[in-house]
Amino acid sequence: MHKHILTSGVAALALCASAGSALAQTQINWWHAMGGELGTKLEDIVAGYNASQDEYDVVPTYKGTYPETMTAAIAAFRAGEQPHIVQVFEVGTGTMMAAEGAIYPVYQLMDDTGEPFDPNAFLSAVVGYYTDTNGNMLSMPFNSSTPILYYNKDVFEAAGLDPETPPATWEELEAFSRQIMESGAAECGFTTGWISWVQLENFSAWHNQPIGTLENGFGGLETELTVNGPAQVQHWANLKDWQDEGLFQYGGPVGGDNAPPMFYAQECAMYMNSSASRAGVVANATDFEVGYGMLPYYESVEGAPQNSIIGGATLWVLQGKDEAEYAGVADFFSYLSSPEVQADWHQFSGYLPITQAAYELGQEQGYYEANPGTSVGIEQITLNEPTENSKGLRFGSYVQIRTIIDEEFEELLSGSKTAQEALDAVVERGNALIREFEAANS
Amino acid sequence: MQTKRTTFTNRGLPYALVLPQLAITAIFFLWPAGQAFYQSFLRQDAFGFRTTFVWLDNYERLFADPSYLNSLWVTAIFAISTTVVSIGLALALAAAVDRMIRSARAYTTLLVWPYAVAPVVAGILWWFMFNPTIGILPYILDQFGYDWNHSLSRLDAMVLIVLAASWKQISYNFLFFLAGLQSIPHSLTEAAAIDGAGPVKRFFTIILPLLSPTTFFLMVVNVVYAMFDTFGIVHGTTEGGPAQSTNILVYKVYNDGFIGLNLGSSAAQSVVLMSIVVTLTVIQFRYIERRVEY
Amino acid sequence: MVENRPFLTFLSHLVLIAGVFVVAFPVYLAFIASTHGPTDFLSGLIPLLPGPHMIENYSTMLTEGVSTGGAPPLGTMMWNSLIMALTIAIGKIAISILSAFAIVYFRFPFRQTVFWAIFITLMLPVEVRILPTFEVVANLKMLNSYAGLTIPLIASATATFLFRQFFLTVPDELMEAARVDGAGALKFFRDILLPLSLTNIAALFVILFIYGWNQYLWPLLITTDADYYTIVMGIKRLADVTDAEPKWNLVMSATVLAMLPPVLVVIFMQRLFVKGLVETEK
Repeated sequence: MHKHILTSGVAALALCASAGSALAQTQINWWHAMGGELGTKLEDIVAGYNASQDEYDVVPTYKGTYPETMTAAIAAFRAGEQPHIVQVFEVGTGTMMAAEGAIYPVYQLMDDTGEPFDPNAFLSAVVGYYTDTNGNMLSMPFNSSTPILYYNKDVFEAAGLDPETPPATWEELEAFSRQIMESGAAECGFTTGWISWVQLENFSAWHNQPIGTLENGFGGLETELTVNGPAQVQHWANLKDWQDEGLFQYGGPVGGDNAPPMFYAQECAMYMNSSASRAGVVANATDFEVGYGMLPYYESVEGAPQNSIIGGATLWVLQGKDEAEYAGVADFFSYLSSPEVQADWHQFSGYLPITQAAYELGQEQGYYEANPGTSVGIEQITLNEPTENSKGLRFGSYVQIRTIIDEEFEELLSGSKTAQEALDAVVERGNALIREFEAANS
Repeated sequence: MQTKRTTFTNRGLPYALVLPQLAITAIFFLWPAGQAFYQSFLRQDAFGFRTTFVWLDNYERLFADPSYLNSLWVTAIFAISTTVVSIGLALALAAAVDRMIRSARAYTTLLVWPYAVAPVVAGILWWFMFNPTIGILPYILDQFGYDWNHSLSRLDAMVLIVLAASWKQISYNFLFFLAGLQSIPHSLTEAAAIDGAGPVKRFFTIILPLLSPTTFFLMVVNVVYAMFDTFGIVHGTTEGGPAQSTNILVYKVYNDGFIGLNLGSSAAQSVVLMSIVVTLTVIQFRYIERRVEY
Repeated sequence: MVENRPFLTFLSHLVLIAGVFVVAFPVYLAFIASTHGPTDFLSGLIPLLPGPHMIENYSTMLTEGVSTGGAPPLGTMMWNSLIMALTIAIGKIAISILSAFAIVYFRFPFRQTVFWAIFITLMLPVEVRILPTFEVVANLKMLNSYAGLTIPLIASATATFLFRQFFLTVPDELMEAARVDGAGALKFFRDILLPLSLTNIAALFVILFIYGWNQYLWPLLITTDADYYTIVMGIKRLADVTDAEPKWNLVMSATVLAMLPPVLVVIFMQRLFVKGLVETEK
């Protein structure tokens, strides 16, 4: 709490300071997609940076949702009005990476400006998603998260389950859900946000199943989707059966807007969503106690659990600005990745820390013990050394492919397709988009 | 085209008068529209580094794409349903108000204001009401045994956007019908009443036919409204889902171009839309000209 | 009334009350939502009666805003919306009345072409040509400015038509008399046509004010500076938050505030509004 008062005090000071000396400073524009509380925190961090030095003035601008922010930046780039830094969500990575003339890779930026930079200080599970095949960091991770399982301890208890034991496997999750429903403790077993991200991409990585060829697309634009493997098909078929039985409730496309209210209203006892949703869950779960667990896995699948993959967004630097301004960007990135700032942001938001030092700082502070559930995400992404199936994914036009995944999932739930047909369609339609992207970018 | 019998004779003045309007039209309408037309023949990456001229490739893909054909179909259903619902309700309300003497003005005031609500705000309001978990209407429907879920059921989603779109349009149609009804001479209905025609019969045999120009006009306006002005409504509620079942053409252009960054396809869709607009405009224009002439 | 039929009158009242209820209900809910605390919606059913947080919610929105939800204090945003709505309304009326005057009262080469060039823009929605239009505005360095917010939306076929239709109904004798008196075109316009058009201008103003106030996608795209945000775009931004729940109480208080000015305009200027609406499309 004290810390917050302090940061907002600093923020206020910074505002006064920047108003006074704005003329002499180099202005750095940062477009981001963090609304609400997260946005307030982001502004605090920037204010802290602006107060810490007087050479640069970082100006954060909220540009709407992730897709809106990315498109606005691209449109601005085409018109020569781009910001220095833009926050792009993970599925936009393929598009950004292919635009070689538009982006200024972070490793190169740090090198050119002579800013001290140690790539090894970063958590490989986080930055691996954003490196090229030679391991060079292309963008600066800022807010990364991974899906975890939230559950309602009160409902577990009412159903005669152990409130301290979340289901570890899908088999258990199914049995728990059935017990919860039969006992009348809740109307439904579980729901989930982000079908595409949680129940397909992360599901695949967690079970060490390939999402696409060529190392999930890291190896080149000529990649193809492979999400119609037996494990994924079996899982989707189960979800359909569970939906019919009422064990599972669908929360809607994209982020699944209807999922959180079902969990908060105690309709569904379990809920899978981003580790960064923790703050919202704690704030809204007013009438019950929340428990945390890792994503479930199928015992029958060889190699599970592997490690989960991240989502969230990174900061890309755009080309076309002055050297002096890039020096400011590099300086700001150093500030952002410092253990104190990282630990503060991570602990406030629930996003994963991006450096080992920030994680260790949190451990020293006793943060993880005092706040149960906050370390589940990081334990889950570092559970095993990432394989080529679980490093991340990189496909062109992936924003649209996510939409296709949602659509085909809806086809499955409405009964017009089987799991196999739906996933075959995802692969077929997705590959067509990837081919189109390949054609436009080579 | 109509003009005055006699006109002023200044040479330069008329050009100066139309110049501001033409300049803005040319810079902000015609030029971008031309750009969209040009881009529809290109394949380009999002940042505009690599451009290939692909002739009609984008159009061929478009019309071979089941999701585009679906979008055409969805738009047709949406436009027709919205038109029928909003015209039907507005006509009922206007006929009712027309019977009122003292309270007509009060009712009119209470009925017209949704016109002033922004589409995106209307979308948010209806999203809020129909949210399967926290909304009030699904709760009420549930009491009647209907499990409302517009994120899953295509029908529910379509009903939702039709309702939200009609809600916003009722006040508009209502005012036109009311104006139409009030311009019908009382002598006509009185004469029919003397001949023994009851209110229902009078409505269908006299009033409705007399309203047909208004109705036709409103049909065109409503179709155009449903096709082009409902972006905010779809954006605020279903965002085109589930499974593309409410992905109307305007939303698809936005989604493919703005979110998906598939610029060539989006431009081709824009061109198709523009030709639809032009067709509808010409139909409407014919109608306007005819009305003015009689 | 032709004859007195109590049952029909009763039925009419019933239909109208139901109609008013349907029309008002969504807004009633928004108002109710704006009087509750942030967690009252997500953990259960939406309440139907006002809650205790009304003053708190509205004063938060008016004085502080949600700086990062893309929402500076609502005062700023409402001011911007007002400027935008007024500029668009006045600008549209000004350029439209001039071009309608030219089209009706002059015969000049390319008159037909001019007419169609204006006409074709009638319903070309911003959404379908958004990226090229954005590029044009960016090239003209009009991003983040009132000019960028308003000028591209000022061209209006609808308003031109209203004036054209109205001018066609103005008796030819007036013009002939003016010419006999030796008045030139501009003098005729200023002294005779303009005063005659005042009601039409006022009516059109109401419609265009609403149009300008309700713009959404365009301001969303071309503003990056919170000083130029408008309230309608601000609402959707408040409702779209990343990895968190929207604060529905604040969203709905902003919604109510955003609806208020245009709705009040419609209610208090109903006569002009009705005229404007019916005339624009005739």
